[in-house]
Amino acid sequence: MNRTFDVAIAGGGIVGAACAAECARAGMSVALVERELVGSGATAAGMGHIVVMDDSAAQFALTRFSQRLWHEMSAEFPSEVEFEPTGTIWVAADDDEMAEVRRKHEYYAARGVRTEILDQHSLREAEPNLRLGLAGGLLAPEDAVVYPPCAALYFWKRARDAGATLISGTVAKLEAGNLQLAEGTVIAAGVTVNAAGAWASELTAGVKIRKRKGHLLITDRYPEFVRHQLVELGYLKSAHSVTSDSVAFNVQPRRTGQLLIGSSRQYDNESKNIDHDILQRMLERACAFMPGIGPLSSIRAWTGFRAATPDKLPLIGPWPESPGLFLATGHEGLGITTSLATARLLVDQIAGRPSEIAIQPYLPSRSFTESHV
Amino acid sequence: MSEEISIQVNGRAIMVPAGATVAVAVTMAGDVCRTSVSGEARGVLCGMGICFECRVMINGHTHCRSCQILCAPGMEVVTGKSGAP
Repeated sequence: MNRTFDVAIAGGGIVGAACAAECARAGMSVALVERELVGSGATAAGMGHIVVMDDSAAQFALTRFSQRLWHEMSAEFPSEVEFEPTGTIWVAADDDEMAEVRRKHEYYAARGVRTEILDQHSLREAEPNLRLGLAGGLLAPEDAVVYPPCAALYFWKRARDAGATLISGTVAKLEAGNLQLAEGTVIAAGVTVNAAGAWASELTAGVKIRKRKGHLLITDRYPEFVRHQLVELGYLKSAHSVTSDSVAFNVQPRRTGQLLIGSSRQYDNESKNIDHDILQRMLERACAFMPGIGPLSSIRAWTGFRAATPDKLPLIGPWPESPGLFLATGHEGLGITTSLATARLLVDQIAGRPSEIAIQPYLPSRSFTESHV
Repeated sequence: MSEEISIQVNGRAIMVPAGATVAVAVTMAGDVCRTSVSGEARGVLCGMGICFECRVMINGHTHCRSCQILCAPGMEVVTGKSGAP
């Protein structure tokens, strides 16, 4: 059966689901095409950290805008979305990193984001299981954690309630005007959207996306062991190196009392299997910050693939080589945070209306300069 | 008659035969092992260390499989109702 929609979206991750909801609520007829379950890919593999970041002005603008959208919507989330305003603590190991804490505090304050500088003692009070001797940290109280697959499902339900259709199938071909499923069905659409995450370049040749593999591990329940999302400030130095494999201390408390432990970043490793060497490095890094993690029981470790762009900013807007085909991908490690802002910016462009933030930094037509931060 | 030993389950002394598992002591105390994240009672299911349903806290160590550990004199067992995670 061949059907026609205003918008057909390839990929039912959290970004595709958010886009489907935003388009449907703007009155468009929407098809969301997903090959497995909504929110089952990188969405389910990631941590679910709603975080404002400032690697670049454009990254700050997008994450801040999107964080606000999460907070605005949070009152209506069902409990399984597990929206918890835990805040983030950026952990500073030494005086150099404390200088970075002060810089970050000023940068955020100048842009209306409240943060709090923690000295050695207040850090220890906030998180007693961190090791002794850390210099301090920066508390960002407006950051939050969520359970991403349930958030994606909730976004899909908003789309469905606004009339969207979910189509189960693998997209074989995506072009302006139509989307073709592997079993042959052709879905005609005024606008097609590539929201296929790390697989986006397989659907649209020439899109600058690379798969960036990550590992996560979840423990048994240890309530109160960690209270905030904890990220080492060195993350900015180590985890975002664009060349080599890297690990960083990044721990998240779940509502169940479980801990999610990350993180790793690897290019050129497209196997879904656990890489035990990097998993070990990741856990050693976690134990270096939090020695008490060592004796905890883990339940499971897994991998996922981030959609990485050369300049660490997502691709949101028309694909210049094929007007009518839009991209909503390339969110790397920030897809959960920026899903809602992405959906807004996408539907603004489809509907030809102005956006709350400048869209130029995210347009697929931009020229890319490799970031080495 | 085999030798009996005394252990604490949620602060209460329970006499069990030597060689009994902690799961036996918890059952004799009339308690369940733990509470699931959705608030349901959980106890011994497989009895052979595979299912992890029978976890309790033993001598301060959380998430011990009670079906795999033998009672020892003076052991202190805490189940979900007394705050074990």
